[in-house]
Amino acid sequence: MSIPFILFFICAAAAVLGAVLLIVAREPIHSALALILVMMSLAVLYLLLGAEFIAAVQVIVYAGAVMVLFVFVIMLLNAGVEVRTNYSKIAKYVGVPLGFFLLLEVAYWMWGSAVGTTVANGAGAVNADAVSTVDLSNLLFRDYLFPFEATSILVLIAIVGALVLAKKGE
Amino acid sequence: MSVVPVSYYLVLSAVLFGLGVVGFVFKRNIITIYMAIELMLNAVNLAFVAFARAHGDLAGLVYVFFVIVVAAAEAAVGLAIVITIAHNRRTLNVEDVNLLKF
Repeated sequence: MSIPFILFFICAAAAVLGAVLLIVAREPIHSALALILVMMSLAVLYLLLGAEFIAAVQVIVYAGAVMVLFVFVIMLLNAGVEVRTNYSKIAKYVGVPLGFFLLLEVAYWMWGSAVGTTVANGAGAVNADAVSTVDLSNLLFRDYLFPFEATSILVLIAIVGALVLAKKGE
Repeated sequence: MSVVPVSYYLVLSAVLFGLGVVGFVFKRNIITIYMAIELMLNAVNLAFVAFARAHGDLAGLVYVFFVIVVAAAEAAVGLAIVITIAHNRRTLNVEDVNLLKF
């Protein structure tokens, strides 16, 4: 067991634990803290995959901005304990097996596609120091310049839309 | 130099996505449902990065960047809608927001 393996299993366990806590927690604020745990462990996994820029963006934008927004709204609306209502019988006896089936199916196809990649490339291991943030920024500001500018318009529309929606009615 | 096989990351991504679907279906609080959606987006991001590294193609990382931007915009607009619903209907339970249900 090398260090990347140990780090991967620690972070994967933390991510899955956080996701389970998100589901079983009854207070929304506990769910939010569990989601922050998932995002931070995913940031470490991105570092492990050699994507430093994405790891930084994950911490700054997701764990920082987006989750602060979530926590802010939870505090603002004073969201308390979730009310559990009686689920329908269909949800219990059909939904749970179908959920597990979906999970198994996605895992199976992900595994299969990765095995195919291994055969095609001749190497299943991830090479960590093949690319850098410089290459990524070259790609982002040269080949994907138009989509990048389009996202700025999207964010502007989102700001205006959020202001209009959250404004007090006249 | 990392030696963890790509398939490990992909299986973790699938598990996280499945848990996100379960949370989306089972939770009753609108804000928690939004969090489950964010969890699914994060799982897909992990798969994008893993595939990008497996194929040595940086385009996957650019897509992850765009997904994060769109998710931030979606969270801002979605939470504004949640605030409006909470003001108008005095509840965060999705079962009480049933005006379009028949």
